[in-house]
Amino acid sequence: MTGTIQSISTNTSNGAPAPPIAIAVENIVKRYGTFEAVKGVSFSVADGEIFGLLGPNGAGKSTLIRMMTTLVPITSGNATVAGHDVAREPDAVRRVIGVIPQALTSDPDLTVEENLSIYAKLYSVPRAEREKNINEVLEAVDLVKWRGAQVKTLSGGMRRRVEIARGLVHNPHIFFLDEPTTGLDPVSRIAVWEMLNHLRETRHLTMLLTTHYMEEADKLCDRIAIVDHGKLVALGTPIELKQSVPGANVVEVHFDREAEQWKARLEGMDGVTSVQAESAGFYRVLTSSGSRTTMQLVELAASLGETITSLSVQNTTLDDVFVHYTGRQLRDEQVKAPVFMMPPRPGAQP
Amino acid sequence: MNRMFAIVEREMRKFFRSPTLMIMSLMMPILQLLIMGNAFGGKIVGAHVAVVDYDHGPEAVKIREGFDAIAVNIKTFTTVEYTDENKAREDVRTGKIDGAVIIPAQYSRRVYAQDAPRIGFVVDNSDLFTSGSLESEMQALVTALTTPVIQPRVATAIALEIVELYPYVNYMKFLLPACVALAMYISVMIGGGMLYIDDKARGVHEGYLVTPITRLELVMGLNMAGAIKAVLSGICLTVIGSLMAGLGVIFHPEADLELLCLILGTSIAFNGMMFLMMVRVDDPLVPRAMFGVLNLLLFYPSGAMYPIAAFPPWLRAIAIVDPFTYCVHGFKSILLKDGGFVAIRYDLLFLFVFGISTLLVATPLFKRTL
Repeated sequence: MTGTIQSISTNTSNGAPAPPIAIAVENIVKRYGTFEAVKGVSFSVADGEIFGLLGPNGAGKSTLIRMMTTLVPITSGNATVAGHDVAREPDAVRRVIGVIPQALTSDPDLTVEENLSIYAKLYSVPRAEREKNINEVLEAVDLVKWRGAQVKTLSGGMRRRVEIARGLVHNPHIFFLDEPTTGLDPVSRIAVWEMLNHLRETRHLTMLLTTHYMEEADKLCDRIAIVDHGKLVALGTPIELKQSVPGANVVEVHFDREAEQWKARLEGMDGVTSVQAESAGFYRVLTSSGSRTTMQLVELAASLGETITSLSVQNTTLDDVFVHYTGRQLRDEQVKAPVFMMPPRPGAQP
Repeated sequence: MNRMFAIVEREMRKFFRSPTLMIMSLMMPILQLLIMGNAFGGKIVGAHVAVVDYDHGPEAVKIREGFDAIAVNIKTFTTVEYTDENKAREDVRTGKIDGAVIIPAQYSRRVYAQDAPRIGFVVDNSDLFTSGSLESEMQALVTALTTPVIQPRVATAIALEIVELYPYVNYMKFLLPACVALAMYISVMIGGGMLYIDDKARGVHEGYLVTPITRLELVMGLNMAGAIKAVLSGICLTVIGSLMAGLGVIFHPEADLELLCLILGTSIAFNGMMFLMMVRVDDPLVPRAMFGVLNLLLFYPSGAMYPIAAFPPWLRAIAIVDPFTYCVHGFKSILLKDGGFVAIRYDLLFLFVFGISTLLVATPLFKRTL
C-alpha cells in the first residue's frame, strides 16, 4: 500500500454543510537539491478540527508544518491558511497562526511574563489588550503563579506550557504544533493533551500537530494523516483508519520456542488476515475475531505439544494501521536512522 | 517599529540577566590595561653592573662617583666590584650581572693628555630593553664627563630644542585607546556574534520568523541591541580606564561628546562587520573559532601597539580597511591629545560609513526563512 494515498474520510455523509476549510494543502512538494522531502501531499483541515500528521522521524512532517507556517519556502504546489496563500501572503498567514516549534525556544533567562510580553509586541498586540491576553493565556495553561519565574527554573512540562501560551498570546485562529509532547514524561504528556483539548473547546482553535506517538494521535486528533517518506499514505479519523485495516483484533502470542512453520500455520487459521513475526516465537496476529483465533491458537499449541507463555487480545491500534499502510512498524522506524533529518539544528530536541 | 524594539528589549533584558557576560566583556580589556600597562610601561630599576677598574686614578674615581649618583637617585643600576675583566664578561654572558664597565689602565692619564680616552661597556644585547636603558644611562654619564666645566661664551655646537606638546604619556595611557577598542570588540563578539548564533541554533530565531516581524525590523533590532551593548561597554571602559591611567580628559564635557560619538561610530562599525560575517552562519562553533583569529587580524594591524608607518605594505593595506585603526586613532586623538572634532572627523566618517555599508550588505543576505 506504500505510496498510495488512502482517503477514508466520510465527512459530509449526513448531508450537513461542510465546515469551512481552515488549511488547504494541494500537491505540495519540497526539494532540497535532489532530495525530495515532501512528495506531492494534499489534504485539508476543517475549521475547529484537530488534525494530526503521524509518521516516523524523517517522514517529512516537520517540513510540511514549516512550509505551512512560512518557515520554509514551498518548492511547488499550493497551501492556503485561513484563506491566505502561504507563498504569496506570508505576512497575512503569520498574523492568524500560532506556532509551537519542536524545540523549546522561549528565552530561558527571561520570565514567563516577559517572554509572553515580547511575543505580544512582535505580533503587534495593542498595549491595552496585551496585559489582558497574557493573563488569559497564563490562566489557560495554568501558569499564573509562575508568571514571574525565569523560564530556566521551570520543569520540561511547564516550559512546554509556556511555549503553548506564547503561541496563543495574540489570539490566533489556527495553531500549529510540531511534536508538542516530545521529551515529556507520560504525566506531563497527558496534561498537555488535556490542555490542548480544553483550548480547542474554549477558544475554537483549529489545530494541526505532528507527532510520532500513536497514542497522542489517537486521543487528540479528529483526523489523522499518516506520512511516510514524504508521502501521505492514509487519511481519516482514528476509527476510520482502524476500520480500514482488515481484522478487528490483534492477538499477541508468545510461544516458549520457535517451532517450524509457525507463521504459515497461523496464517492458515480462520479469520486471520495477517501475521507479523516480532521475535523468536512471538507473533502479532491480525484477525476478524479475537476470541475464535485465541481458541484455535490454544488448540493448535496443545495438539503440537507446544507451550504458550503469554497471550493477549487487543483491538486494532494505529500501529497496526501504520504497519498495514507502510509495511513496517512506526516504533521500528524510530529506532532506525532516519532517512532525512531537517533542518540540522543543534538546539532541537531529538 | 514596536516589533524592532521588542527584539531590542529581549536582547537587553537577556544581557542584564547575564552579569557574567558583562563582566567578561569588560574584565579582559581592564586586565590587559592593568597588566600590560604596568609591565611594559616601567623603567629599568636595580640592574647590576660590574666595575673593573685597572686605573684607580682621579678620572676613574669621577666615573665611580657618577655610578653612585645613579644608584641612589634614578636607581637604574648598582655597581659590583670586579678585579678580573674575563670573569666580569663571563658573568654578563651567564646572566649573573647585566653589564660590565671596564676602566682601562692609564685612563686618567689619557684624559689629561686628551689622548682618545676610552671606557669599555659590555652588555647583554639579547635583552634589548635592559641593554638599551643601561647604554642610555652610560652615554648620559660619559656626555656629562666630557662637557667642559666652564662653558665657552660663544656656542659653536648645534643644539636641538625639543618641545613636547603633551604631558608625559606612560604606557598605560598609551594603551588605553586600544583597550577601549578591544572592550567594544569583545562586547560585540560575545554579546552580538556568539549570542546571535547560539539563539539561532537553539531555535529562538525560528520563534521570531513565524511572527509578522519584517526582515528589516529583525536585522535592525538585533543590531541596535548589539550596538547598545557595545556602547555601554565602551563608556564603562573609557571612564574606568581613564581613571586608572590618570587621564582627566573625561571631565571635559566637549571631550565627552567627542568620545561618545567615537564610541557610537565604533559600535555601529563593529556590529555591522560582525553581523555581515555571521549572517549566514549556523554553527555555534564558528564565532568562537573566529574570535581569536579576528582579534589578531584586526587589533594588531590597527596601530594600537606599534605605529602603522613601520608596517610592510601588505599589513598597511589591512590597517587601511580595518575599523580598529580608525577607532584607536580617534580615541588616541581625544584621550591623549584632546584634539577635538577636527582630529577625529575622518575616523568618524569611516566608522559610520563602514558600519552602515556592512549593514546594507548584510540585510538582504539575512534569510527570512529557515
